[in-house]
Amino acid sequence: MYGKGLRPLSLITAASVALTLVAALFWAPNDAYLGFLQKIFYVHVPLAILTLCGFVAAGLMAIAHLRTRDPRWDMRSYVAIHISLIFGVTVLITGSIWARGAWGHWWVWNDPTLVSFLLVMLLYATYQPLRFAIEDPERQARYASVFAITAGAFVPINFAIVRLAPAYVHPRTLSNISGNLPGRMQVVFYLALFAITLLWITLWRFEMTAKHVAAQTRRLRALLGEESDEEGPVRRSAAPSLTHAGSVS
Amino acid sequence: MSAVALRALTRRYGERTALAELTLSLETGQTLAVLGPNGAGKTTLLRLLATLLRPHDGELEVLGHRLPADGWLVRGRLGLLAHEPMLYRELTVRENLRLQAKLHGVAPARIEELLAAVALDRRGNEPLRTLSRGLVQRAAICRTLLHEPELLLLDEPYANLDPAARQIVEPLIGRSSGRTRVIVSHDPQAAVNEADLVLGLSRGRSVFIAAPAELDDGALARLYE
Amino acid sequence: MTRPASSTVVLALLRAQLRLELRTFESLPAMCLFSVTAFLLFHFGLDVDSLSGNLASGVLWVTLLLAALLAINRVYVADAEQGGFDAFVLSPAERSTLLLAKMLVLLIYLAVVELVAVPAFAILLLEPSLWQALPSMLGALVLGNLGIAVIGALVGALAVRTQARDLLGPLVSLPLLVPVLLGVARWTAPLFDAPRAGAVALRWPLVLALYDAIFGLIAFALFDFLLED
Repeated sequence: MYGKGLRPLSLITAASVALTLVAALFWAPNDAYLGFLQKIFYVHVPLAILTLCGFVAAGLMAIAHLRTRDPRWDMRSYVAIHISLIFGVTVLITGSIWARGAWGHWWVWNDPTLVSFLLVMLLYATYQPLRFAIEDPERQARYASVFAITAGAFVPINFAIVRLAPAYVHPRTLSNISGNLPGRMQVVFYLALFAITLLWITLWRFEMTAKHVAAQTRRLRALLGEESDEEGPVRRSAAPSLTHAGSVS
Repeated sequence: MSAVALRALTRRYGERTALAELTLSLETGQTLAVLGPNGAGKTTLLRLLATLLRPHDGELEVLGHRLPADGWLVRGRLGLLAHEPMLYRELTVRENLRLQAKLHGVAPARIEELLAAVALDRRGNEPLRTLSRGLVQRAAICRTLLHEPELLLLDEPYANLDPAARQIVEPLIGRSSGRTRVIVSHDPQAAVNEADLVLGLSRGRSVFIAAPAELDDGALARLYE
Repeated sequence: MTRPASSTVVLALLRAQLRLELRTFESLPAMCLFSVTAFLLFHFGLDVDSLSGNLASGVLWVTLLLAALLAINRVYVADAEQGGFDAFVLSPAERSTLLLAKMLVLLIYLAVVELVAVPAFAILLLEPSLWQALPSMLGALVLGNLGIAVIGALVGALAVRTQARDLLGPLVSLPLLVPVLLGVARWTAPLFDAPRAGAVALRWPLVLALYDAIFGLIAFALFDFLLED
């Protein structure tokens, strides 16, 4: 059921990503100060926004999981955090490159967005180890949801607090978007935001489909009375299982 | 009214089914003995009845309330005697029981009454870690009975108890206590003698549910094969 | 079904926990010893004899934060290992009473540690006198401790029944505690300035109070889910 409409979605995503690349590289003007390097902005900022929105969305999905006790919500939350973690790593890399170009250092402490972002990533880096350290799949799911809600609330609060720290003098990039960006840059930025939003959703749906198919296969095998492939003790896993969901749906 | 009623009760641990479609009912004042080899699902059943685990499928009714929805109405009306004593090792018996009495809203006088009944009153001020296993088990029995539970869930209640100690606790948790009981036991004969109803479990499935008189010797032997 | 009064339950749980600590001395002496040792480490590592301003504030709070981790790691261990969780869940007591009791335990631990660590810091490392800074310092201690206790009581319960509790406790709680550190360290930094230059900005007490309140609410909302099996 997760596979439905995935093909057209993938095609639209691929097209808009391609369009964004072309527009960013050839249509948008070069930045007067940063030159060509400024183009990384079109990747970096939307990726960062999507990472954080993904974390918050995972928190909301975790709330749904604790309310309904439906393991599918845990799966959704898990996949959202997974995709956002991958996006987040690219944000840190592109941010680092940008910092090197703009301020001459690979890392700058006076950009609050970058610093809060690293902090959020360090917190979410413990999500998978936490899951892995709990054997009982149901408790794993519940504890993971408690984590996802706490961390999801932490994301916006943390950004607000770190921004309060007075040492930060550089103009923030995000506030540039609406006001100071020239028209074409603004258009390309919103196009990029759109494309990367689609990319996040597509990847999320792909992983959900894969997980769902795997769970269905396992369940059908169990119904057919086949022994599992692996001998010996059941392997521990950090990934949620849908097996306690009840009947095959 | 049945004290315990299960309909197609199912509980899984990940891929493994710990308890599959169990149906039975137990009347108030009666005793159910749960038998079966290791890993049959006996402890799972007990923890389900104790509201410590949630059922995955089927219906579970304890003391007239549906679980898990009405769990808070049942908690405090049942007593669970498990493998672990559920008492702090560094605290004395009295300190442990005083904490439990506060949790259940029970008057402290009840503690002394129970300690005297299990002949632990003289050693009640010693830390739990200094007591032998048998004495710890007696302290755990006090904890279980502190709040006058209507339903007793006993996981091998006589473990570590010598015959004299069994005699001492018999009026409290034995047949003569007149309480509704669910007993998990590895001593089939003793359990059958105490029970009004015997449930044989194997790999999470019920093999037989019968009154002791209806059980032939073969059924018990086959259960452990 | 009548439930016992929550205040009675919290006090009983608190008393039992403190009694356990007094019998075993698992947390408090280690926390105090750790703090003083950490000041020595900073002395040698930074090669300084006295600190003031930002550096002093940072060293003090990082030390207290790391000392608190020792307690956060241990505060639920007796309950998890000796069946206290099950016994508690089986009682009709309100679930959140356990969380509240653990927060109070952590607050008491932190207060005791600070009675040792703050004077030790003033004697060993702090350049300006502590006396003038003390009134405002107390406010920072209260709100900072509250934040540590709130997050510690939640994360402690999250980590204690996992296979890597000693690792997960600190790894999960430290990022969550960074805003607390930021708040208290920036709050007290001007108090430790040698010529007493800066005034305390009002925003740090406010930020800390808000952060404590938000995560307090989150902890109470989510704690029940950590107790089930």
